[in-house]
Amino acid sequence: MTEIIVVTSGKGGVGKTTTSASLACGLARRGKKVAVIDFDIGLRNLDLIMGCERRVVYDFVNVIQGECTLKQALIKDKRLETLYVLAASQTRDKDALSSEGVRRVFDDLTADGFEYIICDSPAGIEKGAHLAMYFADRAVVVVNPEVSSVRDSDRILGLLSAKTLRAEQGNGQVKEHLLLTRYSPKRVATGEMMSVGDVKEILGLDVVGVVPESVDVLAASNAGIPVILNENSDVSRAYEDAVARLLGETVPLRFVDEPKKGFFARMFGG
Amino acid sequence: MGLLALFRRSPPSAHVAKERLRIIIQQERNARGGGPDYLPLLRRELLEVIRKYVNVDPAAVQINVEREDGQEVLEFSVALPEKAR
Repeated sequence: MTEIIVVTSGKGGVGKTTTSASLACGLARRGKKVAVIDFDIGLRNLDLIMGCERRVVYDFVNVIQGECTLKQALIKDKRLETLYVLAASQTRDKDALSSEGVRRVFDDLTADGFEYIICDSPAGIEKGAHLAMYFADRAVVVVNPEVSSVRDSDRILGLLSAKTLRAEQGNGQVKEHLLLTRYSPKRVATGEMMSVGDVKEILGLDVVGVVPESVDVLAASNAGIPVILNENSDVSRAYEDAVARLLGETVPLRFVDEPKKGFFARMFGG
Repeated sequence: MGLLALFRRSPPSAHVAKERLRIIIQQERNARGGGPDYLPLLRRELLEVIRKYVNVDPAAVQINVEREDGQEVLEFSVALPEKAR
């Protein structure tokens, strides 16, 4: 069985590509056969985050337009046996993607035994974002604990419940999950940042992950190594937990509370 | 947070953010399918009528459709300005 998961958010720059790369790696590390697809036509980026930018020969649009086979376009990850990347095209023609074409690619991936298809959605609510979510079984909605990100993700929730194949066919809802990124327990404790509970309450979603704010994310993208593969990072552990939850395991939330301070630190700052 | 912070007494900004989001998201959800499509027009016309008598702020008029036990309730509330009379 193949499960299609869209990673989406509405707002740009909240961590969709970072999340797509890490979830895909996490699933592959557990032996699942995974394809991660960049839907941001015109603005290819997933390849950089995955560190395979120099190995892109054919892209998603080439496959859809029949200029190559799917096998030729899938880039096999060098670190994980069962992980494949499909790069976005850099064409400026946004209409290069069609829902019929996307469906064919998904059918082929299904026939090929892929267990998970991770769709890295572009920002916004235009065609690319629409197609990324259209065939999804589940959605990971990436949110920063910040007003514009939360509001935009609520728009996306509206689209998920109306403009997807499942919604149109009355075939059950797309299962929606909340993944908070750039979370700072310290700022939550001082009342400067909305908490997991606040965002969860506003959006009415179950939480699949809380990823702490960290310098490790930039370091990972600089190096082209998905941050989940940095074993020393809390960000990696947070994404590992999210993968476990996606697979149905019950894992308590970590990195949401500020480490306890001693008496003197509390009285005199620190 | 040191001793000085104990004397600062402005509401935490996260609380303000949450309240603002709660209101705007409820409004936007209603606008996109929570209620019938005549709702925005109804709201505008009611506002005009009310304004013949009281000078209320457009934001002071809330209109909601809520579903309870299979019944739809149209809820309409107007916050009057403090020196209305």
